[in-house]
Amino acid sequence: MLTIDKLEVSYGAIRALHGISLEVPDGSIVCLIGANGAGKSTTLKTISGLLRPRAGSIRYQGDEITHWAPKRIVAAGISHVPEGRRIFADQTVEENLRLGAYSRRDRAEVAKDLEFVYELFPRLRERRKQLGGTLSGGEQQMLAIGRGLMARPKLLLLDEPSMGLSPLLVREIFSIIQTINRQGTTILLVEQNAYMALGVASFAYVLETGRVALQGPAKELASSSEVRRAYLGG
Amino acid sequence: MGFFQMLVQQLLNGLSQGAIYALIALGYTMVYGIMRLINFAHGDVYMVGAFCGFFLTADLHWPFPAALVASMLLTSLLGMIIERAAYRPLWNAPRLTMLITAIGVSLFLENLFIVLVSPDPRTYPAGVLPQHTFQFFGGVRFTLNDVLFWGVTAVLTFGLQFFVQNTRSGQAMRAVSFDSDAASLMGIDVGQTVSLTFAVGSFLAGAAGVLIGTVYQIDPLMGIMPGLKAFVAAVLGGIGIIPGAVVGGLILGEVESLVSWAGFSNYRDAVAFIILILILLVRPSGLFGSTAKEKV
Repeated sequence: MLTIDKLEVSYGAIRALHGISLEVPDGSIVCLIGANGAGKSTTLKTISGLLRPRAGSIRYQGDEITHWAPKRIVAAGISHVPEGRRIFADQTVEENLRLGAYSRRDRAEVAKDLEFVYELFPRLRERRKQLGGTLSGGEQQMLAIGRGLMARPKLLLLDEPSMGLSPLLVREIFSIIQTINRQGTTILLVEQNAYMALGVASFAYVLETGRVALQGPAKELASSSEVRRAYLGG
Repeated sequence: MGFFQMLVQQLLNGLSQGAIYALIALGYTMVYGIMRLINFAHGDVYMVGAFCGFFLTADLHWPFPAALVASMLLTSLLGMIIERAAYRPLWNAPRLTMLITAIGVSLFLENLFIVLVSPDPRTYPAGVLPQHTFQFFGGVRFTLNDVLFWGVTAVLTFGLQFFVQNTRSGQAMRAVSFDSDAASLMGIDVGQTVSLTFAVGSFLAGAAGVLIGTVYQIDPLMGIMPGLKAFVAAVLGGIGIIPGAVVGGLILGEVESLVSWAGFSNYRDAVAFIILILILLVRPSGLFGSTAKEKV
């Protein structure tokens, strides 16, 4: 579904990605793990068009989308749930969700998806009139994911959905990620919580300072001694 | 007239001046909200609006309502051109670069108009508006002009509030002003939204320019002081906050009117800047600004 080839990205003079190649097959969950500054978020931001690569290509469903504007990428079915949630704190939960569907004109279908998101996250329905900024961290993460789903994506990019959440909530979020995937949405997941990420993903890439250091089926990586030492605490 | 009549009279005068500040302040605050830029050229857009109204009524003999609307459309076009030509190329430059550019655009417009229309003051043709003076409450007066100021400002302010709160474009504006990257990820075209914001802000400044032209003389440097005052009004209300700009503008108009009444009319302008200094010292987020921190 998504193929990235030798992608290079810089922030000014600082090179963040030194030629990353990866593949996200249709219907799968693929995860990118690695330490802070490895280039995980940069990869997602480049896919969604927020950053412009210096070189390399991004192909999605047969189209070369490397230089598309974010708007066009969203409309093509790629939705990015950014790191730190980035919800609109001064707007209500429901307004946030409706903004997620900004690129769509099919009102009836949007209403259906709103219902779907509320089924997935009953807590958001309870708080639909509340301002986004008044939600707890876990609720904000649910809102961010729900908002991402409102674009009805074929490919969902999730950046650190477990960040700052209690272990219980992390498990809840990950089980919802699996539910979303089972319903047909392909997922590219960026995580520092390598243990949880490798548990749900079918394939994984380990990034180190802007390069793919390791890659393989998630189960194999989870049992590889190298990964265990570096990311799973022994 | 007794004390109370005088007071009411001064408050009414202040309301008319405040309405003008409010209309200009809205553009400042909207542009700041969306791109963190103090657009110092905004007062000059107001000046251009006044001249558009002048030429349409004096030379082309358009009826006033048509001239008002046409001037507003022309200034909104000007706002969009300024944004595209001067600010958009600097999107990734430091904020200070853009601020200096704004001052450059301001000087450019002022001097361009000095060359184009001469520095001489002009007066709108007599009879461009029907004249009428109302009296009530034992001698308090206001004119049809005042009613026009209040009415136009009220319609535009509530119209703007409706637009921002209830339309798709307004929703996009709020989203971009809160977090432009997150807005991009929603599929909102940030460039288009910024352009629209300049158009709307300049549209309001154009209205203020034409309104003021019906009462005072106009000249190419007329935008400097009201522009600065409107900036004070926007900061007073809380920069980036739409209702704040209106309230800030009205308060500033009233304060100036009361200061003049008290016999300190020489200090009218100084008072506005004293307010700016005080608000920056005491409550820099403005009357309506929140000091709440974001959750992490």
